[in-house]
Amino acid sequence: MTTHSAPAPVGGPLLNKVTFIAGVLVALMAAILLYRFIFGLGAVTDLNDGYPWGIWIVVDVMIGSALACGGFSVAMLVYIFNRGEYHPLVRPALLASLLGYTLAGAGVIFDLGRWWNVWNMYWPGSVNLNSVMFEVAICITAYIVVMWIEFSPVVLEKFGLKDLKRKLNKYLFFLVALGTLLPMMHQSSLGTLWVVLGQQVHPLWQTPVVPLLFLLTAIIMGYAVVLFESCLASAAYRRGIEMKLLTPLAKVMLGVVAAYVAVRLGDVIVRGVIGRSFQLSLEGLMFWIEMACFVAPFLIIGTENQRRNPARLFVAGILLILGGSFLRLNGFLIGYDTGAGFRYFPALPELLVTLGMFATEVLIYILVTRRFPVLPREGAAH
Amino acid sequence: MSSRRDFLKGALAATGAIVGAGATPVQARDTYHRPPEAMGLLYDATLCIGCKACMAACKEANNNPAEFSTVDKLWDTPLDTSGHTYNIIKMYRNGTMDTKDAEINGYAFMKTSCMHCADPSCVSACPVSAMTKDPVNGIVAYDPDKCIGCRYCVVACPFGIPKYQYDDPLGRIGKCELCRHRHKDGRYSACAEVCPTGATLFGRTEDLLAEAKRRLALKPGSVTKFPRGRLRHATEKMLQGKEDGKGRKNRQGWRDEPDQIYEGTIGKYVQHVYGEKEYGGTQVLKLSGVSFEKVGMPNLPPYSSAATSETIQHTLYGGLLMPIAVLGALSWVARRNVKPDDGEEG
Ligand code: SF4
Ligand code: SF4
Ligand code: SF4
Repeated sequence: MTTHSAPAPVGGPLLNKVTFIAGVLVALMAAILLYRFIFGLGAVTDLNDGYPWGIWIVVDVMIGSALACGGFSVAMLVYIFNRGEYHPLVRPALLASLLGYTLAGAGVIFDLGRWWNVWNMYWPGSVNLNSVMFEVAICITAYIVVMWIEFSPVVLEKFGLKDLKRKLNKYLFFLVALGTLLPMMHQSSLGTLWVVLGQQVHPLWQTPVVPLLFLLTAIIMGYAVVLFESCLASAAYRRGIEMKLLTPLAKVMLGVVAAYVAVRLGDVIVRGVIGRSFQLSLEGLMFWIEMACFVAPFLIIGTENQRRNPARLFVAGILLILGGSFLRLNGFLIGYDTGAGFRYFPALPELLVTLGMFATEVLIYILVTRRFPVLPREGAAH
Repeated sequence: MSSRRDFLKGALAATGAIVGAGATPVQARDTYHRPPEAMGLLYDATLCIGCKACMAACKEANNNPAEFSTVDKLWDTPLDTSGHTYNIIKMYRNGTMDTKDAEINGYAFMKTSCMHCADPSCVSACPVSAMTKDPVNGIVAYDPDKCIGCRYCVVACPFGIPKYQYDDPLGRIGKCELCRHRHKDGRYSACAEVCPTGATLFGRTEDLLAEAKRRLALKPGSVTKFPRGRLRHATEKMLQGKEDGKGRKNRQGWRDEPDQIYEGTIGKYVQHVYGEKEYGGTQVLKLSGVSFEKVGMPNLPPYSSAATSETIQHTLYGGLLMPIAVLGALSWVARRNVKPDDGEEG
């Protein structure tokens, strides 16, 4: 029955050009963050009274965590919809998610203006059950813990702790269920965050169905990242691409994209604001760019034949990642009007920290896949 | 084939759980309204002379440093509210600026400070209850010892009021709290206390609203009496205190001042009490001669976005019913689908 191959460490040197550059970026980020914690947020960011949230929140946390939905999207497919054939994708996706989420969590701390008070988020006397952000924070924290436990068999395997691993496996199904529920909750709520902003958010984005839009795009971005990463990892490690898995996966993904496009267009039409997208404005333009990113993949990987072409999968994956990112960027920054006179463009140190965050992820991903059993063993089974 | 059937089963179970949980009674939450004893301010732009005494008094009462926008840095010249400026008088100018409170070829003033909303977005947003609304007097207060500095309140407020102190590694959120720290001494909002014309008036919002409506009903140009400082409730007994606000405390706990009512002429108002209904109402009310949108007050619906946001949240997560139902369904499905070898191999 089991046709998929067991994962194994990739091996090879830990120091190469990529890890070196990533290391430098990480060091740079550490230096900037040190400066930020000593001199305050204003010293390194372009944040201002009109734009209190910048790319550390919108890119590192909102987009970063959606990109880290590969683990959730694939696990859902394998364990909830019982598509065991995708099993080899679970571990690498889980690792990427684990890293992405842990970093998004860290990114929040960097951005908090009064981080030493963060324990209040978990203190019953302080929590505000009405706050969307409270729900997001709790679910993300819980999900990070769940993912670490889900991933722990990899570590236990490495160190040969068979007994503990077997015990853990008994409860794996519950972890999987929790690991599916939690991201559904907080990914949708990340969108609900902007409901309370009211009419400060452009009507093309301010909608009560925003939780659904965020949930669907998080799932889409999860699959898109798996496509993207599989192509990239195969190229980097000179391994064969698992086309047998990626081709049908792309079809599943397109199904979700179709549902999303229907909901998104239906919503702006029903609320009667579609006309706003035809007005000559940055918002109107951004709406259609965002939309195009979701529609174009149907032209690129719409047929079975096209889906067998890794280059096409790669491009479609990038487009969908962009589309989901635009949705978040548009609602929180571009379509957010806080009153005249405020401008925001990320400052250089701000950009370097965001870059450093992605570098950290790449660095750890490479180090772990080279030493721990994560990627499918090359050449076995197929 | 069996895999396809299981796929469908899983899909059905999951949707069934979601639909089932969604059918549980939903408590849509209405927009809140002001508590009966709500305190607030009435700002009447037609009475304001732009002296900015209120800004200086606010800085002093809240221990805030001066902020400069000029090269010589001689005096406090903020351009907007900030983490260190809770109250600011802004000026509207048009054309030749000949007539006060005229939209065309005129000028006007407008006060910007926290509106103390009946259903505040900042309170709904704050994850750690650092922003709270007093159930009795309705003042929206800030607690820096709880605040984590996430700035969700800053993004959420429709008036752009709470501001973070970016220049400080230990920065706080700054916003007007109606001088609640002075109340225990019987002193009220510093801006109203110093305002020479009564353009900024402190009192119970209900009383202030009645006063605002009285003014709107009068004919422009007619002569009437304007209170100054604190608006006394109609039934409040008059004590004779000293002008420096150091008199005895009256029954309501305010230090008494001499009666400072004076006679003046009624301005040409826009027939609208700003804050009576906006977002369910605010405790700070405004009158103006120039349309409110022109002087920077947003055009808001009578329902709050906090109500919409909390309705969505509680529909999905109220009592954790839906999440638990979905978790149950997911566990059931996952239990069948997680194979024993999953742990062994991946
Ligand atoms: S003190 Fe009164 S008159 Fe002077 S600027 Fe303030 S509100 Fe206007
Ligand atoms: S004006 Fe803004 S800060 Fe003041 S209570 Fe309303 S939402 Fe909160
Ligand atoms: S910045 Fe402070 S007061 Fe504002 S929402 Fe965050 S924790 Fe609450």
